Amino acid sequence: MIAEIGLAALWLAAALAVLQMVSGAASLRAAPGESNPLAIYARPAAVVQAFLAVLAFLLLLRAFAVTDLSLKLVATNSHSMKPFIYKLTGTWGNHEGSMLLWVGVLAASGGLLAAFEKRLPERTMGATLAVQGFVALGFYAFLLLSSNPFERLPIPAVEGNGLNPLLQDIGLAIHPPTLYAGYVGLSVAFSLAMGALMTSEVNPAFARVMRPWVLGAWVLLTLGITAGSYWAYYELGWGGWWFWDPVENASLMPWLAATALMHSVSVLAARDALRTWTIMLGVLAFSMSMLGTFLVRSGVLTSVHAFAVDPERGAFILALLGLYIGGAFTIFALCAGAVAEGKRFAVTSREGALVFNNVMLSAILAIVLLGTLYPLLTEAFNVRVSVGPPYFNPAGAIFAIPMLLVMAVGPLLRWKSDSPKRIQFELMLIAALVIGAIALVSFFGRFPLLPLLGLGLAAGLAVAAFLPLRGRNLKRVPVATWGMVVAHFGIAVSLFGMACEGAFSEERLAAVAPGGTEQIGGFAVTLEAVTPIAGPNWTAMEARLAVRQDGGEPVFLTPQARSFWSPPQSTSESALLTRWNGQLYAVIGNQAEDGRWQIRIWWKPFVTFIWYGGLLVGLGGILSIVGRMRVDLKRRSASAKGAQRRADIEALGVAAPQPAE
Amino acid sequence: MRKLYLWLPLALFAFFAGLAAYMLTQEKDQFVESAMIGQPLPAFALEPAFDGLPGAAKADFTGKPKLLNIWASWCLPCIAEAPHLEALKRSGVEIIGIAIRDKPADVANFLARHGNPYTRIGSDRISEVQLAIGSSGVPETFVIDAKGMIRYQHIGDVGADDVPTLLAELEKAK
Repeated sequence: MIAEIGLAALWLAAALAVLQMVSGAASLRAAPGESNPLAIYARPAAVVQAFLAVLAFLLLLRAFAVTDLSLKLVATNSHSMKPFIYKLTGTWGNHEGSMLLWVGVLAASGGLLAAFEKRLPERTMGATLAVQGFVALGFYAFLLLSSNPFERLPIPAVEGNGLNPLLQDIGLAIHPPTLYAGYVGLSVAFSLAMGALMTSEVNPAFARVMRPWVLGAWVLLTLGITAGSYWAYYELGWGGWWFWDPVENASLMPWLAATALMHSVSVLAARDALRTWTIMLGVLAFSMSMLGTFLVRSGVLTSVHAFAVDPERGAFILALLGLYIGGAFTIFALCAGAVAEGKRFAVTSREGALVFNNVMLSAILAIVLLGTLYPLLTEAFNVRVSVGPPYFNPAGAIFAIPMLLVMAVGPLLRWKSDSPKRIQFELMLIAALVIGAIALVSFFGRFPLLPLLGLGLAAGLAVAAFLPLRGRNLKRVPVATWGMVVAHFGIAVSLFGMACEGAFSEERLAAVAPGGTEQIGGFAVTLEAVTPIAGPNWTAMEARLAVRQDGGEPVFLTPQARSFWSPPQSTSESALLTRWNGQLYAVIGNQAEDGRWQIRIWWKPFVTFIWYGGLLVGLGGILSIVGRMRVDLKRRSASAKGAQRRADIEALGVAAPQPAE
Repeated sequence: MRKLYLWLPLALFAFFAGLAAYMLTQEKDQFVESAMIGQPLPAFALEPAFDGLPGAAKADFTGKPKLLNIWASWCLPCIAEAPHLEALKRSGVEIIGIAIRDKPADVANFLARHGNPYTRIGSDRISEVQLAIGSSGVPETFVIDAKGMIRYQHIGDVGADDVPTLLAELEKAK
């Protein structure tokens, strides 16, 4: 019965999405100054729909919590003896459940927008809700027609199949919902952009409404990518932290677009410039997240992370993609010409720097997109290629390096127009740091070009990030400005980690007999023993490595070579030793004929800074949201007080003080 | 249409969507075919996998085209394909098995439960022969002609639909 309530809630929510769409669209047809009688239903429809979609998700969550084996989804993905936490996370550890989660978050954010956002003109709000309803409707159709999560089995199963053991990992339980919530935030930004475009309301007020959604989505994407990168680093056992794999690129592209959008929406909010460009990026960011979903789910590209691949579902997502993005670009082409040009600005101004970086970000996005889709293009002509780091690294760097330089300088410039002379000292300081760091490092040895440049830029950027605070009373600096400082500093930290990993990593691949010792990066690593061990569905050879630093007390590392039997699959479980200045990364390979074992060890100086930097960037984004929200709330209560005072004065009538004529 | 460039995003997107739609309709071969197809079977001579049947060697593949089935008692899809191998046997096909990383008691137990379509079963304890003929998993089935040449490879379990295909390939190999 409970499952049927869930299904009914889903159908009702879909019906309300239709109502929301029609009613929102009706508000566009109203004559100026009047309102269409149909238009009043859009907001309530969005709110009720949010309740229903969230209810449907909660009911599915309950079915997983109590392991209701009469549901097909539970029977194929869960097991009564599983730890409780993985029963819950199993709800979205499969295609149907994760789509329901996506729809639930989408409806909830639509409901929030409809219930609390009162700053936009009703027509714009109506158009926005119509687009939001349209997007939601597509996903309801997807769920109800091709992947019903509440499908019953004719005969309840006796026991469930269990969840893929690879997915029984707390990191993977959190990672997808984080990215999903980020994608959904971008969908709200998309709806707002379309609403503003259709009603020609592309202005600072609209930008202020859109900004928290973009910032929120961007923070979630940042954290999601950081976590995903660390997972690939320790789980895949290849010693790398980014592989330019299609699925990784699928998460990077929306992030790049969202980063550009976040900056351009700030320009629009503060200076009323970059109107058309902001709309374009709003569409682009959402299309990148849809494209990501399509690439991951359809299996058109071969990837190491391809879960839940199904070409039929891929076709459905492609159809939705065509409908939304094709439609959005058509509306863009038709309406963008009518958007009035925004305020002008000089080349050397903060806007100028932001525009430059926006273009660079878009260029990097284009390069990643081209590299990701290129195999798809050549495969159409029956040529199989794989595009990897030799393309992405240099091609990306061509645009990333000027971008990072301008990023160091941009926040120091004034809005509208500025002269480089005014910030002479800062410019000299940054240049000296960059060149000094490169010279210092080159003095100690020969390193590859890109990591070398990365170290120089990281040094310059780390200091430049704090320069906007120079000469200001730190207590009075707005929280949002602290957010920018922290996020920019985080980029420098991350860049430092990447460059160190590229320049100074040491690698040792050796065949070691038990008792043998290898030296790497100031550590003495002794292979004490290799023993077979067994897990619930695998067997493994586990090496016991004693790691001594400068002859001190040993620390033990236990990398494993695991063999799963159903399906037969070998994985390499790396072992990590983390120090403040880097990580020792050990993997065990095969046994040679003479009884020695292949051991692979890396010493990666400061590699952890890559992820610390990612966390700092996310923290900066959170500070920014908090700062903007506080200012917004203050502004709202101030204007409410003003209105109250005016009303009081009016009520008092004659007693009100008359302004002097 | 004064501002033609505004249509550019749509044009680019249409190109991508068309390409993706085309690629979705294309059959995607996920399998890596053995490079040994068309090559002679590598030389091997394996011990019997259990007491009931003789072992398997390259020399056994003479007289007529035969099937070489790579399987194991610990492999679940092998249970699924057992009735279809039985059907092939009833059609007069001779199937020689190679049991991968298996124990005699387990092999005997499996055959007692799921039937025995084999005339010979060799025991490949370290996947030596399996790797030499370019098989990447269990189960796989090869068509070997009377001269000991590898003619066809079937990856995964043999389903009801695959029986006619295999019979046709055996016919072709004559």
